Amino acid sequence: MKLDRTNKMLTGLGIVAAILIVKLFIIQVVDDKYKIDASNNSMVYTTIYPTRGIIHDRNGKILVGNKMAYDLLVTPREVEEFDTLTFCKVLGVTKEFVDEKMQEYRKNRRKIGFQSVVMLKQLPPETYMKFAEIAYMFPGFRGQARSIREYPFNAGGNLLGYVSEVNQSYINRHPEEYKAGDYAGMTGIEAAREQDLKGEKGYAVYLRNSHNKIMTRYNDGEMDKEAVPGNHITTTIDAELQHYGQMLMQNKVGSLVAIEPSTGEILTLVSSPGIDVEVLADFGNHYNDVLANPYKPMFNRAVQAPYPPGSVFKLVNGLIGLQEGVFTPESKYPCSMGYRFGGNKLGCHAHPSPLNFEQSIMMSCNAYYCYVFRAILENGKYSSIAEAMDKWNEYVKSFGFGRKLGSDFPSELGGTIPDSKYYNKVYGKGGWKATTVISLSIGQGEIGCTPLHLANLCATIANRGFYYIPHIVKDSENITIDGKYKEKQYTMVDTLYFPEVISGMYKAVNSGYGSGGTASVAAVKGLEICGKTGTAQNPRGDDNSVFICFAPKDNPKIAVAAYIENGSFGARWAAPIASLLVEQYLNGEISASRKPLEERVLEGNLMDKVKP
Amino acid sequence: MTTSRNGLFKNIDWALVLCYLVLIVIGWINIYASIHSSEPSSIFDPSGRSGKQFIWMGISIVAAVLIIFAFNPRIYESLSLAVYISVIILLIAVIFLGTEAKGSRSWFEFGQVRFQPAEISKISTSLMLATIMGQFGFKMSKTRNFLTVAGIILLPMLIIIAQNETGSALVYVGFAFVLYREGLSGWLLFIIGMAIVLFIMTLMVSPYAAIMFLAVVTSFCNAVCTGQMKDWWKKYFPTLLVLSFIPSALRKIISTTETPGTFLLNFNPLYLLLAVIGIAIPVVVYHAYRKRHIFTYLVVAALASGILLVYSADFLFNNVLQDHQRKRIEVLLGMKEDPSGVGYNVNQSMIAIGSGGLLGKGYLNGTQTTYGFVPEQSTDFIFCTIGEEWGFVGATTVILIYVFLIGRIIHNAERSKESFTRIYGYCVASCIFMHLFINIGMTIGLMPVIGIPLPFISYGGSSLLAFTVLLFIFIVLDSNEKRYFV
Repeated sequence: MKLDRTNKMLTGLGIVAAILIVKLFIIQVVDDKYKIDASNNSMVYTTIYPTRGIIHDRNGKILVGNKMAYDLLVTPREVEEFDTLTFCKVLGVTKEFVDEKMQEYRKNRRKIGFQSVVMLKQLPPETYMKFAEIAYMFPGFRGQARSIREYPFNAGGNLLGYVSEVNQSYINRHPEEYKAGDYAGMTGIEAAREQDLKGEKGYAVYLRNSHNKIMTRYNDGEMDKEAVPGNHITTTIDAELQHYGQMLMQNKVGSLVAIEPSTGEILTLVSSPGIDVEVLADFGNHYNDVLANPYKPMFNRAVQAPYPPGSVFKLVNGLIGLQEGVFTPESKYPCSMGYRFGGNKLGCHAHPSPLNFEQSIMMSCNAYYCYVFRAILENGKYSSIAEAMDKWNEYVKSFGFGRKLGSDFPSELGGTIPDSKYYNKVYGKGGWKATTVISLSIGQGEIGCTPLHLANLCATIANRGFYYIPHIVKDSENITIDGKYKEKQYTMVDTLYFPEVISGMYKAVNSGYGSGGTASVAAVKGLEICGKTGTAQNPRGDDNSVFICFAPKDNPKIAVAAYIENGSFGARWAAPIASLLVEQYLNGEISASRKPLEERVLEGNLMDKVKP
Repeated sequence: MTTSRNGLFKNIDWALVLCYLVLIVIGWINIYASIHSSEPSSIFDPSGRSGKQFIWMGISIVAAVLIIFAFNPRIYESLSLAVYISVIILLIAVIFLGTEAKGSRSWFEFGQVRFQPAEISKISTSLMLATIMGQFGFKMSKTRNFLTVAGIILLPMLIIIAQNETGSALVYVGFAFVLYREGLSGWLLFIIGMAIVLFIMTLMVSPYAAIMFLAVVTSFCNAVCTGQMKDWWKKYFPTLLVLSFIPSALRKIISTTETPGTFLLNFNPLYLLLAVIGIAIPVVVYHAYRKRHIFTYLVVAALASGILLVYSADFLFNNVLQDHQRKRIEVLLGMKEDPSGVGYNVNQSMIAIGSGGLLGKGYLNGTQTTYGFVPEQSTDFIFCTIGEEWGFVGATTVILIYVFLIGRIIHNAERSKESFTRIYGYCVASCIFMHLFINIGMTIGLMPVIGIPLPFISYGGSSLLAFTVLLFIFIVLDSNEKRYFV
C-alpha cells in the first residue's frame, strides 16, 4: 500500500512536470502571438505626427495655418556628462530648470527605462537649429519635429478654438483614437472639425540591438507608415470682416454675429473679450491665465450666453399677433408714457400717440406690444391663457428660439422660452394671467436667447419668413456639409406678414433724426439698412445695448446682431457697431461722414461698467 | 573517527549534490544575464547581483560541507523541538520588528544582509514533522496524532499569513503530500482539490456551473462506491445533462422572444437546480437508509457543504481576500484584461519566455529580459531569462533536473529504514515541488503572481542558504544511514 502511494505521488510529479512542459511548448514553439509581442518590445516605433488641415476663410484666405516647431527629447540612460552652461545658453533655459529635470529623471529612472521623454516643447526652428549644430556635444538629446498652429489673422480665439495635447480624460473619451502626446482641437472650429483636421499619424520602425542602441531602419523602412495630413476646410467666415468685427468689439463685453441670409453662412462671430491668437498658439502655457480672467474670455457669449433680447423681440410678438389675427397692421393703440394695468404701469418713452404697427416698430413703443401680447394670450380661440401661452411658445420656437439651432459650432446653447408649465410652477396653476407675464411682450422677463438666435431672427426677417440653419463650414474639395444646412426652415408665421415688419425696420433707420425713428444713427447712404434697436434691462448695472439689422432691404446680403453688455440704449453702441460692420462688408470701406462714429466705437471702452 | 568520516563521504548521494551544483550555477549565470545590461560589470563584481550571489554560493557550499562533516547527523532529531519553537518566536517577532517591504513585514535587516524567517521555518517545520511522525506508535488515523501534526503545520503557516506573505504560506499546503504518504486518507486530498476547483469555477464560470460540477462528482462517487453505476447512467446522467443546458437555453429564449420581460423567463436557473437537488436528496437518503449505505450520508453531507462553499466563495472573494490578491486572481483567471496593471508582469514574462522559441536567443542576447520589461527579473521571474535565452530546450532541461532531484529524494527517502529520514525527505521533496510548480507556473501564466523564489536559482542569499541547508540535512541523514545499514 505504501509503495502504491509513492507511485501515485511520483506519477503526480510527472503529470505536473508534463503540464509545465506542454504549456512551455505552446508559448515557445506553437503560438506565434508572443513572438509578435516581443518584436513590439524590441522594435522602436517613432511616431510621425501629421500636419493638421488648414482652415481657410470664405475667400480662400488662410485663417489657421501651420508652422514647424521642435520638441526636445531626452533619453536619460544615454545622457553623459555635458556642458550645462552651453546647453542652457543655446536653449534659453536656466541651470535650475535643467538640474531639476535631470534629478526628476534620476528619480524615475526605473519607470523611464530606455524610453525618451519630452524635456522642452515647441522650440522655434531658429532655437532648435542652433542646438542641432552642437547636438554632438549632448548625447541622449534629440529633436522631434512637429507642426504647430499659426494664425495670420486675428480672427478670435473662441471662433477658431485651440489645439492642445490630449489629457487622460480626453483619451478615455476617445479610446483607440488618441494616445498621450497627441494633439486635438478642444474648442471652436478646431473641435467642430477635429475629424477632418487631425489627419492620420504615421510611424517609422527602427530596430534596437541587445544594448538598446537603435541600429537600422527595420526592413529599410518598408514597414513604415507615412503620416496623412489633415483635410483642409473652408469656413464661411470672412476673415477681413471678422477682424474688423474684433476691432469694433474691443474693450466691450458682448457679441457680434453676422449671417448671410440667403445661405445661413456665418460671416462673423465675435465674442468679446476673446482669446488673442498669440495666446492660442501656445495655449497650454496660458491656460491658467485665461481661466483666471474675471471677464471669462473662454465663455463664448455669441453662442452660449442667454440674454434677454429686449425690444428686438417685439418683432416676433408682432408677427405672431398678425398670424393669430388678434390685430392688423392698421390697428392703432394709445400710449401715454406707458401701459397701465391694475395699479401698475409698464413705462415707455415720449413719442406721438396713437401709433399703428409700422410706427410702433419705428419708434419702439412698449404699450403697443402690451396690447398685442395681451390680445395673443387672451385670444378667445383658446380655452385658457395657459393654452394660448403654449401656442405662443410654439410660435417663438419656430423662429429657432429656446432651443439649439443645430449649427455646426460646438458648445452652442439653446437659451430659454417659458411656457405655461413654467409659470404654473412659479405662480401655481391659475395663479397668473396675461398681465403677470406682460414683460415678455417687450422681450424682458424669463426669456434667454443667444446673439446667434438674434442674428438668425434678423436673417429670417430679411428672407421674409424662413432661415437656413447658421453654420461655419462650407462645402469644399474634401468636405460636404450636412444637407440640413441647405434646407429652408419656415416659421409658423405666414410669409405675407413679414413686409410690414420690414418697412417698420426700414423707417426706424432711415427716417432721419427728429422723426422718432430709434436707429437713425445706423443709416448709411445708399445701403437701405433695416434695423431694430433693443435696450434690455440688466439687473447688474447699465442696460444692455441691442441691435439687429440687415441690408440691403431687397435681396439682403448680410444680417447682423450686436449685443453689448452695459451699453445702455440700443442706438448708443449696438446700432453703430452693427451698421459699421454692414457698411464695411457691403462697401468695403467706411464713408468719410461716418469716420467719427467709427472712431468713437473703436475708442469706446465699456470695461469699467461691466461687473464681472 | 577518520574512517567513519570517510564512510560518510563514500555514501553521499553524489547525484543529488551534482544536481544541486548544476542548479546553483544555472542560477548564477542567469542572474548575470538578467542584470548585465542595466548594471554592466563582471559576473564576479560583488557590487552587482551576480557577484553577490557568487559570495552566497560560497557561503552555502561552506554550510553544506559543515553539515556533512562537522555536525553529528543525530542532533537534528534531538534539536528539532527547540529549533521549531525558536523559529516560531522569530516569525512572530518579525511582524513587530521587521522591515516593511511591498506591503508585508517579513524581513529582518542587518545592514547589508536581509533575512526572512519564513525561509528557515520550512526547515524547522520539516524537522519537527519528521520527529513527531517518526515516533514509535504514531498513526495518522489517531485523531490526537492528526491534530498535533495539523497544528505543527498550521501554526507557522498562519503566522506567515499574518505577515502578509500569503505566497510563502501556500508552500505549506505541500506538507499534505507528506501526510498522505504517512497514511492520511486520500479523500482528504480529494476534498481539498475539489474545494479549489469549486472556488475557481464559481468565480470564473458561474455558481450554477460549480454546483452542476459538484452534483456530477458527488453522485458519480456515490454510484461507484455503492455499486449503482447502471442506475446512475439511467437516471442521474440524463437529468444532469438536461439541467446543464438550461441556462444557455434560457438565454437563447430571452434573446429571441418578443416579451423578454415575462416573469417566467427571468427566474434564476440556479433555483431550479437547487430545487431538483432538494427533491432528490430525501429520495436518495431514504434509499440509503433502506439499503444501509453509510457512504451515501457522507456524500450528501459533502454535497451540502460544497453548495455552502460555492455560496461563500463569492463572499470570500469580495470580502476576505485583499485587494491585490483579488486583482491577481482576477487577472490569472482572465476575468480582467489588464496588460499594464497587475497582469503586466505575467504578460511580459510570457512574452519573454515565448520569444525564446525552441532554442532560445543565446546567452546574454535576450532583448526582453535585459531591458527591464520583466520586473523582479533576477528574483521571482528568473525563469524568464532562462526561457528567453535558452529556449524551450533549456527551460525543459531545467524542469527535468528538478524532476530528477525531487524523484531522487523520494526514492532515497523510500529506501530509508528510519522513519525520521523518510518523513524529512518527503518534506524536502514537497517544499521544492511547491516552489517549482508555483514559481514556474506563475511565469508561464498557469498560477497567480505569487512572489516565491525558484529554489537554488533565484537571486537571494537567505533563500539559497535555506534551501541548501534543507537539502543537505537530508543528504547527510541519508548517507549516514547507508553507512550503518547497507
